[in-house]
Amino acid sequence: MDTSNLRREHLITFLIKSAGYSAIVFVGMIFIFLLLEGLPAIQEVNLSSLFSSRWYPIEDYFGILPLIGGSIIITIGAIMIAVPFGIGTAVYLSEIAPRWIRDILKPFIEILGGLPSVVLGFLGMLVLAPFLRKLLDLPTGLTALTGAVLLGGIAIPTVVSVAEDALDAVPKSFRDASLAMGATEWQTIWRVTLPAARSGVLTSIMLGVGRAIGETMTVMMVTGNAPILPKGISDLFSPVRTMTATIAAEMGEVANGSVHYHILFLIGIVLFLISLIVNITASAVVFRQKKRQERILS
Amino acid sequence: MKISGVILLVISICALILPGCSQISPSSEGSPATISTIENKGSDTIVNLALAWAEKYQEIRPSVQLSVTGGGSGTGIAALINGTVDIANASRRMKEEEKQKAIDNGSDPVEFIIAKDAIAIIVNLENPVDNLTLEQISDIYSGKINNWQELGGDDRPIVRLSRETNSGTHVYFLEEVIRLGQKENKTLFSSNTLLLPSSEGIGAEIRQNPNAIGYDGLGYVTDDLKVIGVAAVGSEVFILPSATTVNSGEYPIARDLYMYTNGTPTGAIQEYLDWIFSEDAQKIVEELGFVPVSK
Repeated sequence: MDTSNLRREHLITFLIKSAGYSAIVFVGMIFIFLLLEGLPAIQEVNLSSLFSSRWYPIEDYFGILPLIGGSIIITIGAIMIAVPFGIGTAVYLSEIAPRWIRDILKPFIEILGGLPSVVLGFLGMLVLAPFLRKLLDLPTGLTALTGAVLLGGIAIPTVVSVAEDALDAVPKSFRDASLAMGATEWQTIWRVTLPAARSGVLTSIMLGVGRAIGETMTVMMVTGNAPILPKGISDLFSPVRTMTATIAAEMGEVANGSVHYHILFLIGIVLFLISLIVNITASAVVFRQKKRQERILS
Repeated sequence: MKISGVILLVISICALILPGCSQISPSSEGSPATISTIENKGSDTIVNLALAWAEKYQEIRPSVQLSVTGGGSGTGIAALINGTVDIANASRRMKEEEKQKAIDNGSDPVEFIIAKDAIAIIVNLENPVDNLTLEQISDIYSGKINNWQELGGDDRPIVRLSRETNSGTHVYFLEEVIRLGQKENKTLFSSNTLLLPSSEGIGAEIRQNPNAIGYDGLGYVTDDLKVIGVAAVGSEVFILPSATTVNSGEYPIARDLYMYTNGTPTGAIQEYLDWIFSEDAQKIVEELGFVPVSK
C-alpha cells in the first residue's frame, strides 16, 4: 500500500475506534454530571428523612422510598405481562408458525414497538383506565396495574425481537437430534431449544426490564402519580408515583441549585444505578453461560 | 476525490456551527420599527388566557413576537429567578423566599394582578352531593373523610384529584382550602391524592369516574362536569362560582392571577402590560371564564 492509502487506513481506524470509545466516554460523562448535581443532596438532607415514606417536596418532605417502590412495582407488573406474552410470541414465531404467518406478524410487532409512548399514555388514560376500573371494581383506574399493562405492551416488541433471534441461533442439529430421539415438538422446544437459547432469552428479558423502568410519559399519564409506598403485590391496584414521572413533572419548576434540584438528580442517580445493575446482571449471566458452553463443548 | 472530501468536511462543520450563531436573548426590547420578543412563561391556569391575549395583541402590534408557555406557576417563577423569562405568569403569589432568591440573582420582581379566578370543586354528573362546606372539602382532601356516604352521597370511596405540586392552583388550594387560610396549619394533602399533570387529565377522570372529586380554575370547567356549591367557614349559605360571586367576594375560593416582570417594565413589555388592563383584553378574560379586573 502506498502512503496515502496507509494514512487513510489509519484515519478510518482512528475514527471507528473513537466512535466505539465515545459510547463509554458519554456514559461516563453523564454519570459524572449526575454525581456532581445529585450528591450534594446527601449532605443537605439527612438520610433518615431521605428514606422516609412521604414525598412532598414543596414542604420539604423528601422521602424517596415511595418513588423507588413505585418504579419497582410497575416494572414487576410489566415483566409479569411481557415475559409470558413476549417469550411465547418469540417461540411461536421461530419454532411453530409457518413462514407466511411469520412474515406478516413480525412487522406488526415492530410497529407496536414504534408507537410513541405519549399516544399509549393517552389511550391508557381515556380507554384502559375506565375499563379496568369497571372490570375490577376499583376506586379509580389510574393505578400501577394500568401502567404495568401499558409498559408490558411497550416491552413486548423488545423481548420478542431479541428472544426470537436467540431461538433462531440455536443450531438445527439440536432440534433434529431431539426429534430423532422421539421427543414431541413441545418437549423439544421446552427442554432443548429454550434452554440452549437461555442466555439470549434472559438478555431479552433484561432489555425489557430496562425499557420498562425508564418509561416516563406513559406512566405519568396513567398511574395517578400519588406517592404511595407499595407494600405488597396487592398494591398493584393502587395509584403509584414512579421516579421517572417525578423527575419529568418537577424538574421544570425547581430553582437551579436548590435542595429539590439536587434531590431530583439523586433520583436520577438511583435510576441510572438500577439500569446499570440490570445490564451488568444480564451480561454476567450471558458470560457465565458462554463459559459453561465452552467447557461443555471443549 | 480529495478536494470534494475537504468541501464536504467544511460544509458539515458549518452545518454544525451555524445554528448556534443565531440567538434571540429573552429580553430584547427594540424600537417599534424592529421585531422584539417577549417571553411569557408559567401558570397553566393562565396559559390559555395568555395565549388568547398574545394572539389578539399580535394583530394590533405585529412587530412584537410573544412566546407563551405553560409549565406551572412554579416553573414561571423559577424562570424569573433564573432570569430566563420576561413575564412570569403565576396563579399564586410569589413567596418571600422566592422574592429573596430573585433579588439575590439580580432580578427585581414586580407584581401585577391581571385577572381573578374562582376555583371550582368538580364531581361526576352522577354524584348526588350538591353542596359542601369548606371544612368538609378540607377534611376530604386531608384524608379524614373517605367515603361519599359520610357526606350524604352513595356508598363509594372518594378518589381525590389534584394538580401537580408545581401548579399555583395546587399551592393555593393547599393554603386556602386544606389549611383553611391558617398560616400555622401544617395539614397536607392525603398521600393517596392523585397528582395529574394537566387540567385535561382531571376532567377526563372525573367525567367517567363517579368516585372522583377534583378542583380546577373555573375557566376549565366544561358542561359535562358538576360544580359543587361551597360554603365559607362559619357560613351556612352555599355559593356557586361565577364572575358575580367572585367580584362580590361571596365565593370563598377565589384568587388573583398574577404576572411578574423583572423590574418596572419598559418599552415593549410595558406597552403589552398596559394593553392587558384595557377593555379589549379584559373582555377576553371574561370570554374565557375568568373574572376581569378594573384598573
